Amino acid sequence: MSKPVKAVGLLSGGLDSTIAAAMLMRQGIEIQGLTFYTGFCVVEHNRRSKTRKRKKPVRNEALQAGARLDLPVEMIDISGPDYLKVLTDPKYGYGKTVNPCIDCRIFMFRRARQYMDEIGAQFMFTGEVLGQRPMSQRRQPMNVIDRDAELDGLLLRPLSAKRLPPTVAEEKGWVDREKLGDIQGRSRQKQMELAEEYGIEDYPSPAGGCCYLTDANFGRRILDFFEYEGKENLTMDDVMLLKIGRHFRVKPDVKVVMGREEGENKFLERYAPGRWRLETKDVTGPTTLVEGHPTDDDLRQIAGMTVRYAGSKADPGTPVACRYEETERILEPAPVEEAVVEEWRI
Amino acid sequence: MIQPVLTLDTYGLLCPVPIMKTAAAIKEISAGEVLEVLADDPQILEDMPAWCASNGHALLDTIEEDEEFRLYVRRVK
Ligand code: SF4
Repeated sequence: MSKPVKAVGLLSGGLDSTIAAAMLMRQGIEIQGLTFYTGFCVVEHNRRSKTRKRKKPVRNEALQAGARLDLPVEMIDISGPDYLKVLTDPKYGYGKTVNPCIDCRIFMFRRARQYMDEIGAQFMFTGEVLGQRPMSQRRQPMNVIDRDAELDGLLLRPLSAKRLPPTVAEEKGWVDREKLGDIQGRSRQKQMELAEEYGIEDYPSPAGGCCYLTDANFGRRILDFFEYEGKENLTMDDVMLLKIGRHFRVKPDVKVVMGREEGENKFLERYAPGRWRLETKDVTGPTTLVEGHPTDDDLRQIAGMTVRYAGSKADPGTPVACRYEETERILEPAPVEEAVVEEWRI
Repeated sequence: MIQPVLTLDTYGLLCPVPIMKTAAAIKEISAGEVLEVLADDPQILEDMPAWCASNGHALLDTIEEDEEFRLYVRRVK
């Protein structure tokens, strides 16, 4: 018997990529799953920040899909300076917020192609559906992505294959094009039918916004960072902080990040070195970090804001401990007006 | 008694990072040997069984003590 044809499948763990994998497995293709860690994943981040005692466990869907289909999944860490460049200088611009989806796909597909060669796979595939996403899953961007990622026809999109030109996998007869999908558009009906046919249960609901870069709040914060701190200075630590808490731009060189609950407060504590850290004394309240160079007056106002967010237990005038490295000062700030806070909010 | 030949400390790291580190560490040991993973992100209780199942390794035991976890993974292939 000849060796089975091997393919690398980009798995998000969602229904589409799971079905795409199942479709090819039925054609006898040996599949190696692949998923990327970008550092912008919402699920991962929510776990990071929220208090740990939660009722419903969060799962890594790509790993779950691998376990469900009994196929190996490799996870590649692409977070870091090269991926950040995709975000700060995308050749093809942003989608609705700061999502550089086309450049991001090119980056991932290029890496996947490299991985494909490393493990001796013949082609790769995704669960993409033509016309499902506005930015990266239309015909023209798909062509751009394939060209720039130098895929040479080696990327198959099984769910929409019949609506796309034949790829190498079809031309070489590794897969039977007739048995591939002709799905197009946003409806999930056909995918649900296929899931039933393949006996795939327990798949995650189409969450959509699983990437922070598509989140409007996060987008505003990133743009604020670009404007006041310079996009060339963005690091993964900044990204971590941008994802968390409430953010206020007090002055061009003073920014405040404030925890919204215990988990976030704890998380922020790790970033205290090199920053001012404010906390209400005697009553529980948010952990507030100050970036930049606050004056005494700024600190007093930020302390007032910290009291404001400490909730009903904190009276105006509640003392606030302000620490910077070894220094500590106690302030008893005046209340800060709502309008001022709103003006600062990013 | 499970006798690990290698211990991976992932304290302070959050999944999927410990899983990516496990995937790298398992390549350092031979088939049949056991890797011990120390972790404090409870998410590992979901992700490690799934990673082992999908990648064909055996999760021999998981010990929980004071919100810290020790997991024992045997490299199968
Ligand atoms: S949503 Fe995020 S991960 Fe997905 S392509 Fe766009 S930028 Fe990349």
